Amino acid sequence: MKKQVITSRDVHLFYGDFEALTGIDLAFNEHEITAMIGPSGCGKSTYLRILNRMNDLIPNVKITGDIELEGKNIYAPDTDVVQLRKQVGMVFQQPNPFPFSIYDNVVYGLRLAGIKDRAQLDEAAETSLKAAAIWDEVKDKLHESALSLSGGQQQRVCIARVLAVRPEVILMDEPTSALDPISSTQIENMLLELRSQYTIILVTHNMHQASRISDKTAFFLQGRVVEFDDTKKMFLNPKEKETEDYLNGRFG
Amino acid sequence: MDAKQKDKLATGILYAIAGIIVLLLASLLGYILIQGLPHVSWHFLTSPAKAFEAGGGIGIQLFNSVYLLVLSMLISVPIALGAGIYLAEYAKANWITDVVRTAIEILSSLPSVVVGLFGFLVFVLQFNFGFSILSGALALTMFNLPLLTRNVEDSLRQVSFAQREAGLALGLSRWETVIHVVIPESLPGIITGMILGAGRVFGEAAALIYTAGQSAPALNFSDWNPFDIASPLNPIRPAETLAVHIWKINSEGIQPDAAAVSAGASAVLILAVLLFNILARFLGNRLYRKMTAES
Ligand SMILES: Nc1ncnc2c1ncn2[C@@H]1O[C@H](COP(=O)(O)OP(=O)(O)OP(=O)(O)O)[C@@H](O)[C@H]1O
Ligand SMILES: [Mg+2]
Repeated sequence: MKKQVITSRDVHLFYGDFEALTGIDLAFNEHEITAMIGPSGCGKSTYLRILNRMNDLIPNVKITGDIELEGKNIYAPDTDVVQLRKQVGMVFQQPNPFPFSIYDNVVYGLRLAGIKDRAQLDEAAETSLKAAAIWDEVKDKLHESALSLSGGQQQRVCIARVLAVRPEVILMDEPTSALDPISSTQIENMLLELRSQYTIILVTHNMHQASRISDKTAFFLQGRVVEFDDTKKMFLNPKEKETEDYLNGRFG
Repeated sequence: MDAKQKDKLATGILYAIAGIIVLLLASLLGYILIQGLPHVSWHFLTSPAKAFEAGGGIGIQLFNSVYLLVLSMLISVPIALGAGIYLAEYAKANWITDVVRTAIEILSSLPSVVVGLFGFLVFVLQFNFGFSILSGALALTMFNLPLLTRNVEDSLRQVSFAQREAGLALGLSRWETVIHVVIPESLPGIITGMILGAGRVFGEAAALIYTAGQSAPALNFSDWNPFDIASPLNPIRPAETLAVHIWKINSEGIQPDAAAVSAGASAVLILAVLLFNILARFLGNRLYRKMTAES
């Protein structure tokens, strides 16, 4: 059996009085891609953002339950949130590069971690950009603004920026929904490459994407997980009626 | 009239209004410069003023203006940065913050004469600083700080939440995100605001008449010890600035060439403020380009 990197038990989340998550039990295996699917507003982003504590930024949020990263409760009072976010990186739906050069974007986390050695930074930039499958497109203009790139290129630069700080887990919230099919496919292929080194948790509305690249799939509905299983099993042979309806496009 | 014609008409009216504004501005500037520039010479810019005879310059007033500007910016820029960052990044949305914000808004719309009178009562009389550079710099700070603070806050708010999220998700602390992501992105706006503020301060008269005073004692430009009374750096000496000088000559000047001195001084003042504006644009653009690409 594979090693479980993140486990969550009976996780509830309240936005004020509204209970957005009603008891989530999930576990994510090392070096697998887990897809989270479900209709709009069912709580996928909310759940994803629990895993690196991005919900801490929102006022009036209450979280109960137990979320562990490698056996340690990440909501324990002595958790170093900054350290946690280095271990658990995040890619957002909208590409959000800093308005600096491509190079500076990628090495940003490293520079702030105190690395100044130019050769080391250059090397990290190249490795990360290659891993994010965008090196060939940008290697001649590393010092141009990242904002001058197309959306798909920007998103891959953002992925490189996360890879550069070498997280163990990468959270992705609909990373390809703002991109054209070609860019999406490029990113999907890249994720398959990255799987051998990272644990990836991916929110997507694209069923084809989930079935093509994920090992496991969790189906969310109104703040709970209806079904969580191997992607192949679930897509071919869903256990629950609700899952089947959703996969066949019968609601949502 | 169909939509197309209406559009044409509206555009035409807008163009006309814009044209009138440009024309007004150009003729005002042109008038002041044409009247004043012939009187401006190196001698005029460097020699002291004369109270009763012709041939006086504006050297000391010019120096005073610059010194006061530097001093008041030295006081107000750090405070404005601190206050702006606090309001934009840390202040909770509660009634105290609302009160602070409203106070800043009211302060920034206070007429400068009122600020000057306040400065007179508090700094000149109460604190016993007298008519001095120090009183003047503090009054200018009162006058400038609210606008600078608002400018910093607004510039920081322009940075989208996604950028802050990106910083935090990379494992930066809140403070690091502010310092390394938000501030660099808003720096061009902040710099522009500061330079425009500097221009306003440079041309300010009303706030200074009763604080920095209306006399410009002779200075010894070879003595830079701030504790000597004749030193240009002495912060306790009275210091009439260029703008105050212009006001004074026009209200009670008895020099035979008062009109010429006033015209010349106005031209210099306008040129300086113009320079600040151009500098603001130039530096703002440059910084933005620098920050957004090669750095
Ligand atoms: N900051 C917030 N404050 C209050 N309610 C929120 C907040 N963010 C999300 N919600 C609510 O929580 C529920 C789950 O939202 P969430 O964004 O997690 O959905 P999602 O599954 O990611 O949807 P989508 O597929 O559209 O992105 C929704 O009902 C939403 O209205
Ligand atoms: Mg979402």
